Amino acid sequence: MIVANRKSLDKILQMIKPYKKVLLLGCNECVTVCAVGGEREVGALASELRLFRAKEGEEVEVREHTLERQCDPEYIDQVRPFVGDYEAILSMACGAGVQYVAEKYRTKPVLPAVNTTFLGVTLEQGVWAERCQGCGTCILDQTGGICPIARCAKSLLNGPCGGSTNGKCEVDRETDCGWQLIIDRLKELGQLDRYEEIIPIKDWTTARDGGPRKRVREDLRL
Amino acid sequence: MTFKERLDSGKFAVVVELQPPKGSDVSELYDYAELFKGRVDAINVPDLQNAIMRLGSLSVCTLLKAKKGMEVIYNLSCSDRNRLALQSELLNASTLGLKNLFLVHGDQPSTGDHFEAKAVFDLDVMGLLGAAKRLQEGYDLAGNDLQGKPKFCVGTHINAAAKGHVLDLEVMDMEKKIRMGVDFFFTHSIYDASLFEAFAKKVAHFKVPIIAGITLLKSVGMARYVNKHVEGASIPDSVIDRMMKASDKQQASVEIAGGLIKALKPLCQGVQIIPIGWEKQVPALLDYAGL
Repeated sequence: MIVANRKSLDKILQMIKPYKKVLLLGCNECVTVCAVGGEREVGALASELRLFRAKEGEEVEVREHTLERQCDPEYIDQVRPFVGDYEAILSMACGAGVQYVAEKYRTKPVLPAVNTTFLGVTLEQGVWAERCQGCGTCILDQTGGICPIARCAKSLLNGPCGGSTNGKCEVDRETDCGWQLIIDRLKELGQLDRYEEIIPIKDWTTARDGGPRKRVREDLRL
Repeated sequence: MTFKERLDSGKFAVVVELQPPKGSDVSELYDYAELFKGRVDAINVPDLQNAIMRLGSLSVCTLLKAKKGMEVIYNLSCSDRNRLALQSELLNASTLGLKNLFLVHGDQPSTGDHFEAKAVFDLDVMGLLGAAKRLQEGYDLAGNDLQGKPKFCVGTHINAAAKGHVLDLEVMDMEKKIRMGVDFFFTHSIYDASLFEAFAKKVAHFKVPIIAGITLLKSVGMARYVNKHVEGASIPDSVIDRMMKASDKQQASVEIAGGLIKALKPLCQGVQIIPIGWEKQVPALLDYAGL
């Protein structure tokens, strides 16, 4: 899933300062799973905003609405009947959702209530961790199912650096060394011979380095 | 006279762009430097231009200055280095006696000859200009004090082909760049003096020297390519006709560029000649332009 963090209340209040009527849009997908921008969080943020603005003597009308997704046009269209009643949209979706809403309602300022952070997994209740950088060329088959791009701080392709100590990364001693994890996993799989292979320098054109990416599936187009 | 002194004097400055080789042999560059000596005020040396891997601007500038006594403009781009490397390169330049900088965004590696490369762009050009400014103030981007602070003459690009709304944005952009300490601007290649005149008038109040780019047109095909693919570029049909009818293409190119320089001279503070392989034609061009 896409994992996000909510922005501070101060930052959000600063963004919506010029507006008296705000449409607060949640999203039922990733940001609901990581408990940042779903219906429950929309309700909590709306209450906070009303409370603080009232305390400042600048009351704000906040309409709460949570879409199934903010990354698909048919759901974004659902707010069209009433979006015109609001001066700005405050979106609790990931950056993709915020931008797509902005594309669809071009005359409305669309403000981000969360910081989009990474593609990750739920480790336990309340703990999420990065697993993928979406580089577009997956080599997990070569590295024991653990990604050196996402899990190694330096995205090294051929083993750990000198900063790996007792299985931990020099960047943060709480963080596992990605390459230690890979080597351990290859051992478990009886595939340590794969570590003898030299992984060639990476083609980054499939990652963000080739410019903004777009995927077209002709077989699915109408 | 240094390039900065030339700019400060208000006299017309002549710069020539000299592309580093793809390899370590600089003998050809030395030959060109001899050719330009006494005729140009500075040699501008691009940094991995068009994302093509080449010898770097730093070593070429250092050698041209040390061995040929040329005034040089060291180029640095954001595409291939993070903020540590960029600041370190600026300190390298200063330590090696290179005072003139031309700072640019740089080209996307995926468009060059190592298209699989990872793009850096840790800073954009505004950030890089800011880094140069802060280093000159005696501290780095992290706020650490420097032991010895550099002194630079800093330039960057402007889009002199901007028109209408884009021109208004360009003026805002120039204001920001000047706020970040820019001492001079290079334009992209100019092909039509009358279009440049409108731009020059619009930005004259900044009183920051503008050096106009002059590219030697090498063929009709090149002219048509530029018109089709380069945003804002407009090579007049009369110029293309002249190239088409000319029996000596190099001579025609020199005369076209020379005529352009004469027309631009009252409108800007200098020109940068971009020979793209026709470096040997530069003296003839300067003769024709009366420089």
